[in-house]
This record gives sequence, C-alpha cells and structure tokens, in this order.
Amino acid sequence: MTAGVFALEGVCASRGGRSVLRDLDLEIGEGATALVGPSGAGKSTLLRLLNRLADPDRGTVRFAGRDVCDLDPLELRRRACLVPQLPALLPGTVADNVRYGPELCGNEADVPHSLELAGLGRSYAEREAGRLSVGEQQRVMLARALALEPEVLLLDEPTSALDSRTEAGVEATLMRLVHEHGVSVVVVTHDSGQARRLARRTIDLRPEAAG
Amino acid sequence: MTPVDITLTEVAASLALVAIAAAVSLWRRAELEGDLAVAVLRSFLQLTAVGYVIQAIFDSDSLWLVALLLAGMVAVGTFTARGRARRVPGALRPIAFALSAAAGVTLALVLALDVFPAEPRYLVPVGGMVIGNAMTAAAVALNRLGDEVSAQARPLEATLALGATSHQAARPLVTGSLRSGLIPLIDQTKTTGVVAFPGTLVGALVAGAEPIDAVRLQLILLWLLLGSVALAGLIATSLGYRGFFTGAHQLREMRPAEE
Repeated sequence: MTAGVFALEGVCASRGGRSVLRDLDLEIGEGATALVGPSGAGKSTLLRLLNRLADPDRGTVRFAGRDVCDLDPLELRRRACLVPQLPALLPGTVADNVRYGPELCGNEADVPHSLELAGLGRSYAEREAGRLSVGEQQRVMLARALALEPEVLLLDEPTSALDSRTEAGVEATLMRLVHEHGVSVVVVTHDSGQARRLARRTIDLRPEAAG
Repeated sequence: MTPVDITLTEVAASLALVAIAAAVSLWRRAELEGDLAVAVLRSFLQLTAVGYVIQAIFDSDSLWLVALLLAGMVAVGTFTARGRARRVPGALRPIAFALSAAAGVTLALVLALDVFPAEPRYLVPVGGMVIGNAMTAAAVALNRLGDEVSAQARPLEATLALGATSHQAARPLVTGSLRSGLIPLIDQTKTTGVVAFPGTLVGALVAGAEPIDAVRLQLILLWLLLGSVALAGLIATSLGYRGFFTGAHQLREMRPAEE
C-alpha cells in the first residue's frame, strides 16, 4: 500500500430510500481497518461509496487525497477493489474468474500467485467455480480481486457464510496480505472479536458512536 | 389476383365460431364470455376504422399520409411496449428509436431493392406488420432484461467492482434478452408452412392468388420481418440496458415498478 487513504467529509447517504449515513466525517488509514455496527448502520453502503459503486447524497469521499468523483471510476475500482459479502462468480473455471478483472484492462493475471495469496492451492485453477463450497468460492472472490493487485481491499463481511475453521483460515490470509504484502484492508464485520483480531483501528458506525 | 368481395353478412357469419368459444367458456365456467365479447367488438370497431383510414390514404395516394399513419403506429407501439418494460428505466426512447429504425430501414430497403412499388397499398401493410412485430420483440426483450437485471443485481455489481464498464458487465444479460425477443419469430420462420400457415399466405390464397405467387409474397414478408425485428431487438436492448446504469458505471437502485 502506497497512498490508499480514504477521507470522508460531511457524507450523507441513503439506501432503498432510507437515510443510512448522516454527516459522516472520518479517515481511513493504511493497514487494516474494521467497520462495525448493527445491521442497517450503513457499513456496506459506506464500503460502496469508497470505490464509487454508489455516490453519497451529500459530502465528499477522497482517495489518496483526491475526490473520488475526479478519478476514473474503473481505475478507482481496480485500485480499491471490493469483495462482496456473498460469492457472485462468473460461469466457468476458477482461472476464468481470476483472469477476468486483469483482462478487462488488457493485462494478464498471475493465476497461481493470486490463488496462493487467497489461500487456495494452484490446483484449483481448472475447477468449475460454481461447484466449489461457499468458503472456497469466497476465497476465489478474494483471489480475483487480488489478481488486480489492488492497493486496498474492501471486504464486506468476508467470513459471514463460513464455519469457524474456514473463518480462521480467511483471517490468517488477510493478516498475511496486510503484513507481508502491504495491502490495506477495510473490512465490514458484525463480529467485534474479528475486528480486534484483524484491524489496527475499528470504526463504529452506530449513530450514538459517531463523533 | 381477383379482388375480394365480402359482405357484412359473411363477416357476421364467422361469429358462429366465436359463439362456440363462448359456449365452451360457459360450459367450463372459464368466465371468458365477457372478454370474448369485448375482443369481438374492439376488433370490429378498430379494424373498420383502420379500413376507412387506409382506404382514404389509398385514394389520396399520398406518401406523406403513409408516413403520418406509420408514425402514429410507432407512437402507439412504443407506449404499448413500454408498458411491458416498466422495470427498464427510461425505456421509452430506446423503444421509439427501435421501432422507427425497423420501419424506416425496412421500407427504405424495400423501395431501394424494388421489392414493392412506392405506393400506399404496399407501404402501409408492410410498415404496419414490421412495427407490430418489432413492438412485440422489443417488449419481450426489454421485459426479460428488466427481470434479469433485477435477479442478477448482485453478480452485476460484483463485476462492476472489478473495474468492468456497465457495457461489459451487462453484455451477457443483454445477449440473453435479445435472444428471448427474437426466438419466437425465428421459430415461427423455421416452422412456417409445416406447423402453421402464415397469415399473408392464407390471405393471398383466399383472395385467389396462385399458390406460387402467394408463397413468394409470404417469403418476402417473412424475411423482411426477420431482419427488421432483429434490428429492433438489437437497438432496444443495446440502448435499453443503459438506463440501469449511471455514467459512472454504477448500477441504479431497482424499484419494483420503476418507470
């Protein structure tokens, strides 16, 4: 991670016609940051604002000091890549999925390297993505994001569909990415224990915790 | 071909078959009698009115009046198709463009290749047929697109999150929807003359045309339809998908009955 720092100023955002973030000011630094809060607190909405999958109703989101609205949204999404809560893989093999993102911008993916970073062996490359377990699919989602070599990973409850053993494995993978590969991570979680284990800083999005 | 001379009594006699349908409905308690009556009345009034309008246009021999009539058909077709594609934001413009292009290109080609002479007698029915079929194809394709985008919102957004453009992310759904719009006509063309006799062939034979002439006329119309409907479906879906996305390649929030 070189300059993957987000800053939000006076951000208001709604989802499904309901206001979920109100006048939010915060900074997200390098390393691992956890976003916690109850359902409906706006954690996932905030994550989507960071790489412009959505825009705030009001306020400014900055990435590396620049207003995200001044950046090419496609470039921003490759630099700050979001992994959604539930697996949503493309039809085809694991390798097809991992190659997809880099191919969009004319690059070639290092499939074995991305799979290993995500904690999957390179033997997974030719397996049908749709036939894997949810835990394995979640790791493929991580691998295809890592294939873009992002500066920041935005993870929306990456272990919510996993059993505790698989969850520990994903957490270990994320720790390795942060500490050995310099990738910054913003992780949404319901689990305060996971927030403590993973993150250097925890941001609580409960309305009463604001400020 | 001998001119057809049909009296109102002969037309009324064909209602006997509708009476059988109504009797079946009453017997099976299908409660379709009211709909049958409305359908008979509306078809009589609409077709009679259109008959007089077309007669007046034929008598005037004015291509401007043909253009005006076809523009009216495009407008009605556009609003009808939009009603079936309510989940597609801003569908009105793509549909209007699709129907206009289908009718315009087809008629221009028909005249340029000298398939039919530039007379209202040919342009009105061919234009009407193209617009009607283009409307159905555009409505089916966009209706399917709306359902697909709604059902596939999560994978779509996951693809956008990897840096895909809205075009790249939506391409599989657009292709699938286009196929849905075109397959009925393609299947109909494949089975024509085997499973069903198309309307033009039946009409021409009943009106006294030689079978080979009737077949040639039917082939011209079938092939014109295939091309024009493919064009309409392609334009409607290629422009229609854009309504689901913002300029920053964001998927708009879907509402159950979005206009």
